Amino acid sequence: MQDIGEAFHLALTLVLSGDADLFEIVGLSLQVSLSATLIACAIGLPVGALLAVSRFRGRGAVLVMINALMGLPPVVVGLLVYLYLSRSGPLGFLGLLYTPGAMIVAQTILIVPIVAALSRQVLEDLHGEYAEQFRSLCLSRWQSITTLLWDGRYALMTVGLAGFGRAAAEVGAVIIVGGNIDHLTRVMTTAIALETSKGDLPLALALGIVLLVIALGVNAGVQMLRMSAAKQASYGAAANV
Amino acid sequence: MTFARLIASTAASLTLAGAVAAQDTSIIVQSTTSTANSGLYDYLLPLYTDESGITVNVVAVGTGQAIKNAENCDGDLLLVHAKPSEEKFVEAGYGTERTDLMYNDFVIVGPESDPAGVAGMTDVEEALSKIAEAGALFASRGDDSGTHKKEVALWEAAGVDLESGSGEWYRETGSGMGATLNAGIGMGAYVMTDRATWISFQNKQDYSVEVEGDEAMFNQYGVIPVNPEHCPSVKIDAAQDFADWLVSEAGQEAIAAYEVDGQQLFFPNASGN
Repeated sequence: MQDIGEAFHLALTLVLSGDADLFEIVGLSLQVSLSATLIACAIGLPVGALLAVSRFRGRGAVLVMINALMGLPPVVVGLLVYLYLSRSGPLGFLGLLYTPGAMIVAQTILIVPIVAALSRQVLEDLHGEYAEQFRSLCLSRWQSITTLLWDGRYALMTVGLAGFGRAAAEVGAVIIVGGNIDHLTRVMTTAIALETSKGDLPLALALGIVLLVIALGVNAGVQMLRMSAAKQASYGAAANV
Repeated sequence: MTFARLIASTAASLTLAGAVAAQDTSIIVQSTTSTANSGLYDYLLPLYTDESGITVNVVAVGTGQAIKNAENCDGDLLLVHAKPSEEKFVEAGYGTERTDLMYNDFVIVGPESDPAGVAGMTDVEEALSKIAEAGALFASRGDDSGTHKKEVALWEAAGVDLESGSGEWYRETGSGMGATLNAGIGMGAYVMTDRATWISFQNKQDYSVEVEGDEAMFNQYGVIPVNPEHCPSVKIDAAQDFADWLVSEAGQEAIAAYEVDGQQLFFPNASGN
């Protein structure tokens, strides 16, 4: 148990001493996971919105499948991406394996279903409220989708955060396609796995604490963005009145 | 080829991580975990990079996976410790030439309580038989790594049938050396580990080396450049340069100079080739 106290002390020391390796790893973690989240949102939000407003045969099956894909095991995604990006695989000529690019690809695949499935639910509920209005305005499907995405943007931020959380926390995919190479593809989770395997449990735990604090920071940042935007919106509405 | 390059560079620049910046020369070494976990690379690689300007990126996985990755052309150099598999790798045309690099030895670590009474033994076959007879817990890598292959061979030599004990006293963790040590120590099991990983391992608790000194526990590391005829993408010049440096006087002296807690972890023996 004394490991835990030692870990907190170590985490604080690492951060306060400005440990260059730590900041490099944290920077890459953020870079990879935020990139994956942005790309996943660019793909997943339109898919989710389209599913929310469309009715077609087999829609139920598609929803079940996307919901099930939320449970994709990271290690399986890692393995699939490895097989594709390997020099002997179909996309080997890209030379992406063991680069941050490969890690972004893997995490994107991992969280697109999360973003699509959650945004579909959020936007479908919103669509229920708006449907009549949309009909009276004779909006095209494209207009409906863009309106829903815009009006649902605050709820969708939470969807993005769910995706980011999953990406930043996983280790199974990035350790296979990134290789946990020092100063190149080592991120927080793979560094934690490495220190654990070295038996340096306090350092592993300290890195875990730092990761938690980063996640807290990202979430707080989004929350602040959301609150200030909501405030401005209500001022704007008041001014218009 | 230029088309592929174009796509590659576009893909690289598309990834928002600008960190994919092209380095002048860098090679990927597919390596066993023991050499990485013991900190050897952290010591060796800066010395080599200063001298050569070549950056060495290490992917540390079990020997089985390292060989598989190298067969898939996902590495320029292989540095592992399972001689029969390494020779097969070269024979099959995946590697150019295997060179002995260094050695250390395997040891069996166990808890202070020593349930099978093997502490101080130097005959590994006898010790393993005793552990099996006592039905004392033994944690195995179970991951087709170099260490695992060696361990299975030793059990066979001791005439122990592992099938019957699997899941009972013989526990296969299916993970790396460090993870297996953590698990073994957690359940009070004996573990066979290479000495380098053990010395640098930091979660020893009441464990210590109980069986050591048998010739059968010798652990030889080898280095093999990946064959450019099989893998055209291999940076063979840089890989060969690093391999040559490792077996050169400078490289061998550097390996010998690496110590943890005042103990030398690896013993260079490239000259014996």
